Amino acid sequence: MESLSNKRKVIESKPLNFWERAYLPAILHGLAITMKHFLFKKDVTVRYPEQKREFSENFRGMHSLKRDEEGRERCTACGLCALSCPAEAITMISAERQPGEENLYREEKYAAVYEINMLRCIFCGLCEEACPKEAIYLDGDIIPADYLRKDFIYGKDKLVEAPLNQ
Amino acid sequence: MGTADILIKFALIVIIFLISLLIAMYSTYAERKVAAFFQDRVGPNRAGPFGILQPLADGAKMFLKEEIIPTHANGFLFIVGPSLAIMTACIGSAVIPWGQKLTIGTHVIDLQVTDINVGVLYIFGVVSLGVYGVMIGGWASNNKYSLLGAIRAASQNISYEIAMGLSIISLLMTTGTLSLREIAEQQHGWHWNIIYQPLGFLIFIVCAFAETNRTPFDLPECETELVGGYHTEYSSMKLGFYLFAEYINMFVSSAVMATLYFGGYNFPFMHSLGLSENWVTILGVIVLFAKIFFFIFFFMWVRWTIPRFRYDQLMDLGWKTLIPLAIANIVLTGLWMTFIK
Amino acid sequence: MSIFYFIAFLSILFAVLVISAKNPVHSILYLVLTFFTFTIQYILLNAQFLAIVNFIVYMGAILVLFLYTLMLINLNKDSEPVKSNIIKIAAVLGGGSLLVVIVACLKQVGISQPVLLKDPGLGLVKNLGKVLFNEFLLPFEVSSLLLLSAMVGAVLLATKDPKTT
Ligand code: SF4
Ligand code: SF4
Repeated sequence: MESLSNKRKVIESKPLNFWERAYLPAILHGLAITMKHFLFKKDVTVRYPEQKREFSENFRGMHSLKRDEEGRERCTACGLCALSCPAEAITMISAERQPGEENLYREEKYAAVYEINMLRCIFCGLCEEACPKEAIYLDGDIIPADYLRKDFIYGKDKLVEAPLNQ
Repeated sequence: MGTADILIKFALIVIIFLISLLIAMYSTYAERKVAAFFQDRVGPNRAGPFGILQPLADGAKMFLKEEIIPTHANGFLFIVGPSLAIMTACIGSAVIPWGQKLTIGTHVIDLQVTDINVGVLYIFGVVSLGVYGVMIGGWASNNKYSLLGAIRAASQNISYEIAMGLSIISLLMTTGTLSLREIAEQQHGWHWNIIYQPLGFLIFIVCAFAETNRTPFDLPECETELVGGYHTEYSSMKLGFYLFAEYINMFVSSAVMATLYFGGYNFPFMHSLGLSENWVTILGVIVLFAKIFFFIFFFMWVRWTIPRFRYDQLMDLGWKTLIPLAIANIVLTGLWMTFIK
Repeated sequence: MSIFYFIAFLSILFAVLVISAKNPVHSILYLVLTFFTFTIQYILLNAQFLAIVNFIVYMGAILVLFLYTLMLINLNKDSEPVKSNIIKIAAVLGGGSLLVVIVACLKQVGISQPVLLKDPGLGLVKNLGKVLFNEFLLPFEVSSLLLLSAMVGAVLLATKDPKTT
């Protein structure tokens, strides 16, 4: 059959000559190659938990709930992140800011409970894009492994950024 | 034989048994480390410094895993299989001379469990028995893939035993004895048998790879065609025994190769160093173990270099290449002995 | 002596189990054990070479092949042919007459003296080799020819006939 392109390559399979059939030269050659790796090649492994590779700039890791310049939580529990989340990983319960709590929360409504289920989250970053208050960013580390499902539901204790001057 | 002698023999047996277990244990670790180095990786390095506690961790894992015996398996034979495998692997080391005689006070300690005058044949017998563990296990699992794996193992072992026996016959023609102790003694200093029997050694080592079911001849286990191999249905420590037996076999066949062809405990200039007999003996034991470790390393080196043979190629190699070569070697040796020597 | 009787008892026990076992694979395994007891007997007689050869050839090779074929053809109760009553009666008659003959023979024999080896080292490899290659050279070579012809026959059977294929 005429080939459409001219890229056809005719494979010739010559019968093996004596040395090729004797296996041994080829085996010795292979042994030499592996020995070279054994002796001279450095390993390329990154010893992960101790040693980390640099993340790229747009890496999306663990979420963090940000604070503003005065150290107040920015989130206003509007629920837009939960709404935009394709994996339905976010739940929250909002509460009203009491007088005297102005140094804690920026808006008069805030998230009393804010939970992300890291097993559901697909790290798409849509919550980050949806947030009108620039309160949530996926700028953290890789989520560590754990034994129980319940330990993957991260609450505010893990998500909220550490207070400013402490 | 006094009580003291019997006690010494007993201690020797226990020590050799423990050493083979220890070496088999650390061979599993070495295998993974060596594989890693050949592939530019690090290998196990979490359990203990450099991961040297890894075998213990593996052992604990094996013991703690769930013990599964398939419903339609033959319960008794299912357990006999791995026990037989590890038992035959362990008794092989009984005739290997680990060193010359040690003299402590009035006691002369022979560093060999027993010097029977058919030592070489004994090793053969043990090797040929080894296939029962695999066959019984594979059949008792009541699984066609296990059965196929077992049958592959059996036919492979039987085929390569012939070539192995023939390659040894030419060695026996030059040494004139079947006792491993005498063979080792004849290779005093530099007169290693590898110099007289290079072709025989080549055939022997290829057959040793096949008998221990190591790559490139690890046909009995094959994920792509047989799901797992003869031990598909095994779990927990019974699987552990099968894997362990492989490593003990590797250790024993390395020891046999070192003794038969590489001078055993002999090393060059052993008597011109001016050391006392006992020190020479101890050095000899160390040298023997160095040789054994080299062979174990060689087993691993080959494993991480050469891919698996196809089954018909394996049989072709065994029957159409190795056996004629071994017979030619016998003829050559005979000619050499009658005309040149 | 007591070891001999114990081992002999074991051989007979396993031999009986070989023929009474329902599962063919089990009976092969009992056969393996029977041969193993034979090996022990040879060792007791100081015939180390024979012991090891028995071990390698019978236990290590021939019985493995038996096992091999039995595992492949998968004999079990369903595939066992049904025997008619006539065959059963014939079997009983045949077995009975054999028994009569054996009993009649046994009545004739007296208890023989236990065999004493004149040369206890007879079974060692060295002596065996000397005897085989000096006194019994001709029978030895003839039997090797026999084996050779058997091998040629096996190869002939195994190769395909070029005309029929
Ligand atoms: S990153 Fe995507 S999946 Fe994860 S919580 Fe945000 S929106 Fe949901
Ligand atoms: S994180 Fe942003 S989007 Fe989500 S509830 Fe808080 S303010 Fe709204």
